[in-house]
Amino acid sequence: MKLSENQKSLVKILIGAAAYAVAIFSRVESSFVSLGTFLAAYLIIGGNVVWRAVRNILRGKVFDENFLMTIATIGAFIVGDFAEAVAVMLFYQVGELFQDYAVDQSRKSIASLMNIRPDYANVQHGETLEKVDPDEVKIDETIVIKPGERIPLDAVVLSGSSSVDTSALTGESLPRDVDEGDMLLSGCINISGLITARVTKEYGESTVNKILDLVENASSKKSKSENFITKFAGYYTPVVVIIAALLAVIPPLVVPEELFRDWIYRGLIFLVISCPCALVISIPLSFFGGIGGASRRGILVKGSNYLEALAETEIVVFDKTGTLTKGIFRVQQVEPQGISADALLEIAAHAESFSNHPISLSLRKAFGKPIDAARIQNVEETSGHGVTAQVDDAKIAAGNAKLMRRLGIGFKEPDVAGTVVHVAQDGVYIGYIVIADEVKEDAARAICELKEAGIRQTVMLTGDAKRIGERVSAQLGLDRVYTELLPADKVSKVEELFAEKSARGKLAFVGDGINDAPVLARADIGIAMGGLGSDAAIEAADIVIMTDEPSKIATAIRVSKKTLRIVKQNITFALLVKGAVLLLGAMGIASMWAAIFADVGVAILAILNAIRMLNVKSIK
Amino acid sequence: MKKVCRLDGLGCASCAAKIENAVAKLEGVSSASVNFMTTKMVIEGDDARMDEIMEKATAIVKKVEPDVVVRKV
Repeated sequence: MKLSENQKSLVKILIGAAAYAVAIFSRVESSFVSLGTFLAAYLIIGGNVVWRAVRNILRGKVFDENFLMTIATIGAFIVGDFAEAVAVMLFYQVGELFQDYAVDQSRKSIASLMNIRPDYANVQHGETLEKVDPDEVKIDETIVIKPGERIPLDAVVLSGSSSVDTSALTGESLPRDVDEGDMLLSGCINISGLITARVTKEYGESTVNKILDLVENASSKKSKSENFITKFAGYYTPVVVIIAALLAVIPPLVVPEELFRDWIYRGLIFLVISCPCALVISIPLSFFGGIGGASRRGILVKGSNYLEALAETEIVVFDKTGTLTKGIFRVQQVEPQGISADALLEIAAHAESFSNHPISLSLRKAFGKPIDAARIQNVEETSGHGVTAQVDDAKIAAGNAKLMRRLGIGFKEPDVAGTVVHVAQDGVYIGYIVIADEVKEDAARAICELKEAGIRQTVMLTGDAKRIGERVSAQLGLDRVYTELLPADKVSKVEELFAEKSARGKLAFVGDGINDAPVLARADIGIAMGGLGSDAAIEAADIVIMTDEPSKIATAIRVSKKTLRIVKQNITFALLVKGAVLLLGAMGIASMWAAIFADVGVAILAILNAIRMLNVKSIK
Repeated sequence: MKKVCRLDGLGCASCAAKIENAVAKLEGVSSASVNFMTTKMVIEGDDARMDEIMEKATAIVKKVEPDVVVRKV
């Protein structure tokens, strides 16, 4: 049986602990035999620490934890506290073992978070299938994806239909149906049917690899908390060690009654607490857990710094089209006068059928039946007004208010959010149709959840008409709306809004990443929606929401706040306990046992606290 | 040019930070990062000097953490 490193250390600790127990029960004061048994237990438990300390000193590296532990324990032996010397080493080793175990476990759970890497691709060569590394597949090669397999590269379906599970990329549990001609995104799992597909991107450029790269490298953009800890750790250890040395030597030299023995003991307590391990491990771990967990829910965060900034967001600015609304025009309302709604729609769809304007497309879509071109004659389109045409021998006019006025047809302007198409038949008004961009299902909930998450201001920017923009804004419950903006105006509006946040507060801009790159870059945090399959969005933003759901922004803010809460808890807890024990130790109140807790105990508790972040499923 | 390698057996987060800082200061390196959680080291630097940089980086790793093995990926 082969033992892992951790198991080997465990065996060594157990044997050492037994030897330690023997040493305590057979203890005889000031006997060399007793010293011998304690030393034996010490070497079994901590021999490798002493060895590493010696080796590191030979390499010119002094202030490492092995060295500090060796000095602390040997010092305890010299002042005659055999039992405590061995105990310090024993608990230090138990703590190290536990830390290694915890780090291993969290690395494993992170690896499973990131376990979306496809292992192979089935490439079709004539009649045969060959299993190859996705890295070796070239563009335009044909691959076959069987049910249950992961899609290895971005591709387009040649034949077959199936549904695919995109949850690893989007956090969306509903499978997506794919058919001939549809895009397949790598990293998704093919659920039901056999699909043959043509590769459209090499592995390096494929979605799955981009996401993995982003998440793995996100921690290279460090947060303020991480930088603080790195800096702090750089000063903490030397300062504590120097104080330990001064504490051991100066008081007994200066004050005649003080004993060296007591003050050396106090100095040793300092040495035991001098490692900032609790912070150095637990804080990056919290951030990584937060980023990894967010990516599981379809939110890509490009750096710890952005995750940190998100918690301080005060103002969220939205682009309207494509972000809060679907960006698809649809017939929302049909208001006939004197005829049936279906008839009105049929007439309008036919009259507008020669135009490719989005309005006429949505009319035809709402009508749903094929257009009979033979029924239409004498089509005349006036840009900015509408269309007149002969449909079934009736003279039809379909267009906006200007068209109706020009033709002298009486009508009433309805108060609705959207584009209105008025229709007249042989000079008689027969009703109007409202066409508007649809609001996303979760848009209102997204705004509401943002307020709950503590966002002070929600603002919408749009190039749309005032009437439409204000309607949508009121419907969704936004605090403010700016309408009829040109793309360049959006940047200046965002700049104006900067003045309204507090010094520490952040402004986030949410767009679709297509034509708002300058605004995304200008905001403190640029968030792009609908990143799945859109390279532009992934490039331009700091945070990418893979799905089209604006409510994910609130989720991201909650993940961010939870991460920051854990980080702050750990920093405060570790510093308070260490500070308190250092102080009590200097005054001679704290024992070596308290020091062991302040070192190993705090590290373990901080790691356990940080591991909570890996379980982001609990955040709604 | 970007080079990625794994640091097997990386057990101490402050060592990761030390390695990162030391490698980033090497001549010809534009940026370096060591990710403690994924045990990944990413070095970006001059194409022409990459071999020399990798050699020096490996030496730094050996000095800071003698038990860590640098594995190319």
